[in-house]
Amino acid sequence: MHSDNRITIPIGPQHPSLDEPGRFDITLEGEKVVNAVIGVGYNHRGLEKTCESKTYVQNLYIIERVCGICSHAHGTAFCMAIEQLAGVTIPKRAEYIRAVVAELERLHSHLLWLGVACHEIGFDTMFMYTWRNREKVLDILADLGGNRVNYGVNTIGGVRRDIDADMVETIRKALDALEEETKHYVEIAYTETTLISRLKGVGVLSHEDAIRYGAVGPVARAAGIAHDVRVDEPYGAYKEIPVKVITDTHADVYGRTVVRILEMQESINIIRFCLDNLPDGPLSVRVPRRIPAGETIIRVEAPRGENIHYLRSNGSDIPDRVRVRAPTEANWHGMKHMLEGGYLADVPITIAAIDPCYSCTDRAIVVKSGAKTDCYDWRGLRQYGIDWYKKRGIDVTALKV
Amino acid sequence: MISFLKMLLAAFIFPGFLFLSVYSLVLDFIDRKLYARMQNRVGPPWYQPVADFFKLIGKKTLIPVEANKMMFRIMPLVSLAAVAAAFLYVPVLGQDAVFSFDGDLIIVLYFLTVPPIAAFLAGWYSRGVYATIGATRILTQLFVYEVPLFISLLAPTLIAGTWSISELTAFYAAHPLYALINLPAAFAALISFQCKLERAPFDTPEAETEIVSGALVEYGGRLLAFFKMAHSCELVLVISLFSAVFLPFMTGYVFADFLLYIVKTLVILLLLTLMRVSMARLKINNVVSFCWKVLAPVALFQVVLNLVIRGSLQI
Repeated sequence: MHSDNRITIPIGPQHPSLDEPGRFDITLEGEKVVNAVIGVGYNHRGLEKTCESKTYVQNLYIIERVCGICSHAHGTAFCMAIEQLAGVTIPKRAEYIRAVVAELERLHSHLLWLGVACHEIGFDTMFMYTWRNREKVLDILADLGGNRVNYGVNTIGGVRRDIDADMVETIRKALDALEEETKHYVEIAYTETTLISRLKGVGVLSHEDAIRYGAVGPVARAAGIAHDVRVDEPYGAYKEIPVKVITDTHADVYGRTVVRILEMQESINIIRFCLDNLPDGPLSVRVPRRIPAGETIIRVEAPRGENIHYLRSNGSDIPDRVRVRAPTEANWHGMKHMLEGGYLADVPITIAAIDPCYSCTDRAIVVKSGAKTDCYDWRGLRQYGIDWYKKRGIDVTALKV
Repeated sequence: MISFLKMLLAAFIFPGFLFLSVYSLVLDFIDRKLYARMQNRVGPPWYQPVADFFKLIGKKTLIPVEANKMMFRIMPLVSLAAVAAAFLYVPVLGQDAVFSFDGDLIIVLYFLTVPPIAAFLAGWYSRGVYATIGATRILTQLFVYEVPLFISLLAPTLIAGTWSISELTAFYAAHPLYALINLPAAFAALISFQCKLERAPFDTPEAETEIVSGALVEYGGRLLAFFKMAHSCELVLVISLFSAVFLPFMTGYVFADFLLYIVKTLVILLLLTLMRVSMARLKINNVVSFCWKVLAPVALFQVVLNLVIRGSLQI
């Protein structure tokens, strides 16, 4: 363990600061981190392979359980992929209900994150308060879907649950209370000295580095990258909902905290907009059991960032290939960079700041030699992407990074 | 013979060791309950500290193979003994401590240094990585809060003209207004005590989310129970010392003074708990700069102030 004056300490696979097993071998010189080795792969569940042996409807339940927190985002992406391949348009009301649940999920995910982050820096009081408030959101979600985390609101071709007038009132009341609380959090984030001293300048991932490592979600937005799928490539009800992209220029854990707290306020606004403009109509449309052959990629903005689902169908009722890329997978790459040069005390909060979801991320890939593949070089792939979006009326080259 | 028995009674029963252990359980419970209520939680029932103690006592004690067995076993007792011994010099019942002589304040301060050193040695000799880092953090923290703590506790003696805690209390009880002069030192001492007790925001040495639980990570069972007991006794000692030096207000009746002592300790505990609730854990470098840049100057200011006052009042 000891060599010169360096010491390597293992954080994980079992450690109080980790919510799921993952391994970080931190080499210290005094209290300073000089090297960080990140090991993931303790949570491989083989869910993509499982999806290839079950029908689309059965897969809905597997996909919803990819992540315990952003279960709705994964479910939405998967349903949207199927609906796109089947060529059906879901009713407006279903789109709005999906958006309401998605934003409620963002609220509860960010509240959860805020609590965990405060616990990591030893501010347990804030942890207790945020989790108490998170219960309000979970109560709504339980009312709405019947479950606290896997609500099962999505179905192929629409949603399974309706929001009636009583429900609208309940949600509004809870939102009013939550808005007051978030104002309080904003105040704490801007004024509490010990909190700021623990978060500022920690786990810096600059604007350039965020682009280089391909960071997504609040991590990217905290570095000043105005990247949000809800705005860049609007889907479902977001084509009509005005979404303000929250960015920050701190590029550190403090920036990520501020972005998440302000995003909670934005989510409350979005839910209010949805409830005000909830269209009438049916909840779902019929989708055939067999999905026409084809392939598609769907992007959805999960609370943790951009969520990518790839689906290939061969015309049967079982998918040919399902690929899920959770946002954590994109944010892992910058982790080593964020940890090195910091202090040991900053390691837990730096890891927590990307809101990692280990089990959403772990995949095993078998590369078969001799199989026929199409090969793109980087330039070709980029051009293919630009053309693909142009056909759908989105000019990605115009997006500001 | 009778006086010897009386002394034994005072040293071991009241206000000595037995009172110290019982009151430490009471304060431990009140601390946890306050902490919980301020966090919008229910908190533990009144017997929780007792239950925790006996549960730990009943558990198997595991000693790491690489650890130094003697040091590993002996350190919890050293810690507890130092605290229990120091408590005898602090007035609880009225103005007089069980033992007192001119200079016992210094003795108590030295005894107060023993628990962190014992925790450091315990961590160092248990040879784990987390324990080693926790141990070095304890030592780093000890070096930075010890100076402001010593200065701020010795500053009031400049006016009282004695180094005995009992006489110090008696002096300020006779001249209660003088006690108000020592407010800056009281501020510095209170924060240094929080630092000594390793409570948030100064719980860096046992930072759970970073180094699991610091120096005592390898401890379990009976040995951990004694460490925990020593820690909560240290809380009582520190609070009693603070109330003796900085809140020496007395009524003159022994029973009323004892009630006043209880009230004073509860108020101080409330302040310490408030501090613990409202702040995030500091990093070790922030602790160092805070103690040197804020606490030490405040304590030194008090020394200068007290010297000037002493000179002008011709005490």
